[in-house]
Amino acid sequence: MIGLRPMRATGDLSALPDGAMGPTNVVWWGNLGFMLIEGTAFALAIGAYLYLQSQSSSWPPPGDRLPGLLWSGIFTVFLLASEVPNLWVWRRAHGRSASGVRRGTFAMALIGLILVGLRAVELDHLNIRWDGDVYGSVVWMLMVLHSSHLITDLGDTIVQSVWLYTHRIDTDQFSDVQDNSEYWTFVVLAWLPIYVLIYWIPRLA
Amino acid sequence: MTGQASPTALPDVRAPLLGTWRDAPGLRGFLTTVDHKRIAARYVLTAMAMLFLAGLLAVDMRLQLSRPEMERMGPQGFNEAFALHGSTMLFLVSVPVMEAMALWLIPLMLGQRTVAFPRLAAFSYWMYLGGVLMLWIAHALDITPDLGWFEYPPLSGPAYSPGHRADIWAQMITFSEVAALAASVNIAATILKMRPPGMTLARMPLFVWTMLVASLMTIFALPSVMLVTSMLISDRMVATHFFTPAGGGDALLFQHLFWFFGHPEVYIIFIPAIGFVSSIVETFSRRTLFGYVPMVLAVLGIGVLAFGLWVHHMFAVGLPRLGNAFYTAASMAIALPAGLQIFCWIATMWSGRPRYATPMLWVIGFIATFVIGGLSGIMTASSPLDLQLTDTYFVVAHLHYVLVGGALFPLFGAFCYWYPKATGRLMSERWGVIAFLLIVGGFNIGFFPMHLLGLEGMPRRIYTYGPDMGWGTLNLVATIGTFISAAGGLVFTANAWLSLKRGPLAGADPWGGATLEWATSSPPPVHNFDHVPVVDSIAPLWMQESDLPVMTGLRSDLREVLITSVVDAIPQYRQKSPEPSIMPLIAAIATSVLFVGSIFTPWALVWGAIPVAAALTLWFWPKRPRATDGPFGVRRS
Amino acid sequence: MNRYALPGVVMLLAGCSGVQSPLNPAGDQALSVRGLLELMTWICGGMYLLVILLLGASLWRARMRPIPEAAPQVEPVDTGLSRGLVAWAALIFAGLTVLIAASFLVDRRLASARDREALVVRVTGHQWWWRLRYRDPATGAWIETANELHLPAGRTARIELGSADVIHSFWVPNVAGKMDVIPGRINRIDVTPRRTGWFRGQCAEFCGTQHAHMAFDVKVDRPADFDDWLASEKRPAAIPADATARRGMAIVTEGPCAACHVVRGTDAKGRAGPDLTHLGSRRSIAAGTLRLSRGALQGWIAQPQAIKPGTLMPAIALEPADADAAARYLEALR
Repeated sequence: MIGLRPMRATGDLSALPDGAMGPTNVVWWGNLGFMLIEGTAFALAIGAYLYLQSQSSSWPPPGDRLPGLLWSGIFTVFLLASEVPNLWVWRRAHGRSASGVRRGTFAMALIGLILVGLRAVELDHLNIRWDGDVYGSVVWMLMVLHSSHLITDLGDTIVQSVWLYTHRIDTDQFSDVQDNSEYWTFVVLAWLPIYVLIYWIPRLA
Repeated sequence: MTGQASPTALPDVRAPLLGTWRDAPGLRGFLTTVDHKRIAARYVLTAMAMLFLAGLLAVDMRLQLSRPEMERMGPQGFNEAFALHGSTMLFLVSVPVMEAMALWLIPLMLGQRTVAFPRLAAFSYWMYLGGVLMLWIAHALDITPDLGWFEYPPLSGPAYSPGHRADIWAQMITFSEVAALAASVNIAATILKMRPPGMTLARMPLFVWTMLVASLMTIFALPSVMLVTSMLISDRMVATHFFTPAGGGDALLFQHLFWFFGHPEVYIIFIPAIGFVSSIVETFSRRTLFGYVPMVLAVLGIGVLAFGLWVHHMFAVGLPRLGNAFYTAASMAIALPAGLQIFCWIATMWSGRPRYATPMLWVIGFIATFVIGGLSGIMTASSPLDLQLTDTYFVVAHLHYVLVGGALFPLFGAFCYWYPKATGRLMSERWGVIAFLLIVGGFNIGFFPMHLLGLEGMPRRIYTYGPDMGWGTLNLVATIGTFISAAGGLVFTANAWLSLKRGPLAGADPWGGATLEWATSSPPPVHNFDHVPVVDSIAPLWMQESDLPVMTGLRSDLREVLITSVVDAIPQYRQKSPEPSIMPLIAAIATSVLFVGSIFTPWALVWGAIPVAAALTLWFWPKRPRATDGPFGVRRS
Repeated sequence: MNRYALPGVVMLLAGCSGVQSPLNPAGDQALSVRGLLELMTWICGGMYLLVILLLGASLWRARMRPIPEAAPQVEPVDTGLSRGLVAWAALIFAGLTVLIAASFLVDRRLASARDREALVVRVTGHQWWWRLRYRDPATGAWIETANELHLPAGRTARIELGSADVIHSFWVPNVAGKMDVIPGRINRIDVTPRRTGWFRGQCAEFCGTQHAHMAFDVKVDRPADFDDWLASEKRPAAIPADATARRGMAIVTEGPCAACHVVRGTDAKGRAGPDLTHLGSRRSIAAGTLRLSRGALQGWIAQPQAIKPGTLMPAIALEPADADAAARYLEALR
């Protein structure tokens, strides 16, 4: 049985900074973890869609209408365009600009509200119910999955916006803004394969 | 930036650290704690309680099957028993207990004060408890799930399982998977970003490697079961047609998605056990593990390969033959890394100086038992042979040999091994040996005959069988064996309980271990270490002749942890660590209400989301001073 | 040890009759798989013994050496052990290669069983019984029966599997491995029985409350006997000579039984339950749950829940005289 050993000092950590941004920050890795989880869920849902398509002689099955291109197109264009202000906010956070992140996050919150509204209209024009057949079920599953991410990130952005305006901002909060901005990019990127699969592949096949 | 401190006396920071890191007293402390050791302890104890309950169900089933045409249990009772037993063991015992051990051990092995996300750890436990309560309260209310631990549609669909039993099962999975995912992100982030200075990836203890791999596997596997159980609930509740053939759905889609999770799941359970065994073998052979690099590569290999095998659970569903042949080869191939590991452990013992305290006995029991399970797995991996073996008692034997032999035996060994660190006392060696012999001996008497029963044509999941099948004798032997094993379990529990007060005092390092957890007191103080240990080898405590190199400078007046770089563990910055908080519990309650409510109505998802959003907002609301500039700044008076 | 040692030992231990056992092959498919089982048992058994020997040797070796309180070894040089690891890896690799190859070859042999003139049998799984249909070689029509599968020895039967409700699994271990019965798809399994006699099949995928009692008898006949059996199955129900049985006929074919059961040649045309046209010639009732006898029939009709709780067969209350008449009629349906 051995007791506690004596210790000797070989270095001092007090000069280390007390915050960090990007991958240096441990919170960034937590966000990465959650994006991997949700990305896996998206990938599997897409896999399920492709599997069901491969099991069907025609897709959509006979009698089912294709989902509408107009509102989904408007949504997609707007979503892609939102990356511009999104990346702007990211850079403002990188440059530690308090006024920049306040204005930018507020703008992203407004943009998010508009996008959620556009998404609601898009869902109205899917031309299929979830309980009609498996095609309707799997299309709605993909749309609900993505919409829930959209709504969650919007909620995050709104809360962040309120907080940024009412509090003093330091490294950790700039890092949070960057993380939220990266999550938005994830939401945008996750939409692209789903959009192509649902709206274009059946039309092109 | 680290400066060279002069080799003078270390600042005595213990008292302020104890004050900074302590919990509130009493019930408030219990509910708000973010101390990873307290959370992990309650996690382990809850999992052990679940093991006990699942064990009672097993005893019940074994009694029913001990003779032909027993009338102790009818079909409904038996079907509930095997569903509850399997679901509890796989979702509420095996995975949670491994995460709990990691939650407790990882910061200690890494010389750290806590995990990366302490409140997330608390949330993970409360969600797990929610799953436990939902399933077992449902059982008390007689809405027990009764379709097995994987409820295949269409049997579990709306047409053949009206009522809520199948929904209870599906949502219990949601609870336990949220808990597991939260714990895995926490553990992975801690391992990657919170190692002691000098502990490069190549110097990480093997247990840390195994928890990293298991956590990453969890992140990629569990979304599949969450998705598929949500699809099942959706079929049942809002009439989607994912799995109903009438609507064009496919019953096999469920199986693919379920087993894409299900196969990695069993390796998620086994891989931490590899870590336990390696730690014990190393310490008790008095030498570092032979073949560290092959062992790490083997763990990585198993972790990746495990995702490519799931179809071997579906050999009898009528998939194309050539596909089955591929999965046969892949499933057999995983025996190579596993076999290498067995060699490395034995080689360590061969070239070391083994001592036979109880933890080492469990390692021996593990090798003798798990290898049988691995070999019966090779047999079932062959798709033509599996067409005879699948869904029979041969598979029941196989799965228990690998799960009990491969995960529970190392767990019991790990429990004995780290018990002194957690409690400050040693368990009784004599009663430990008795428990070991009863459990391992009883297990083998109980489950080996099941291989033969499967070869005699006895299918799984039957509540009784006819007297002229010839299965009576072996079933009786199996029942006797499981009783012996259960008795051993009681002895083990009694040993653990009584040693709390009566065991000999352990001191900081009773076994002469190599890793950092043995450098702090037993039990550790609430903040684990006064200063941050520095590591320059794979066996820090064995390489340092007399004293331990440490770095000072973390603040002791507020909660702070050191963050280091991913590959080389170079100190990067100091991260504030959260104070105790009630928000994880509130958030877990809100989420539980949402989950339970959505069994009864889909609107629960909408309305239930509001309190969850509120709870999460309060949780993450940073505590910083109000702004003094900008349109909402407060005026300084 | 000869090739019968393994199953011999097992059967000795189990004291069984081997009518539902992969160890007692009576068909080509089960025979191939049994061979594979033996190969795997030897190789896996050998590996296990090797592991135990190495483990025992390492522990023994330690006991023989003194235990000094020397410092623990940190990363010592292990050239001999490293070579051992490589040899071990090579051994495992070689063993797995043999097993994978053997498995692949057996798999191919199972698939090549197809006969150009295979007998086609359609099996439909229900909760908790089996509907069987044979193609009539003369007319191409389907001859239906339930819960007892007859097969000609020496001829390949292609079994087409469908489900009326949930997933079941068709398994006659003495003849072949199992194949799942999945709603929404048709699975096929080719079986080539060789040995005549009675065997037993059982559902091998949990399918609900009475999964445990969803078995079926299997009779492998000489081809001529099989043809006779099929011809007799094709005939409509016999009209009994006995007066009591005649009364039973009225009860069965015009009473509640007719709602769910077919008795061909009568007014009973229900499709929900098993075909009863030749029930009297079968060995058991209720999907292998009870041996056929007058008493069993009466008990099943009167109190099915007592015998097979959860069964979808409703209890039919009959006066004792009527119950006896009905049972006599059913018995006479040969």
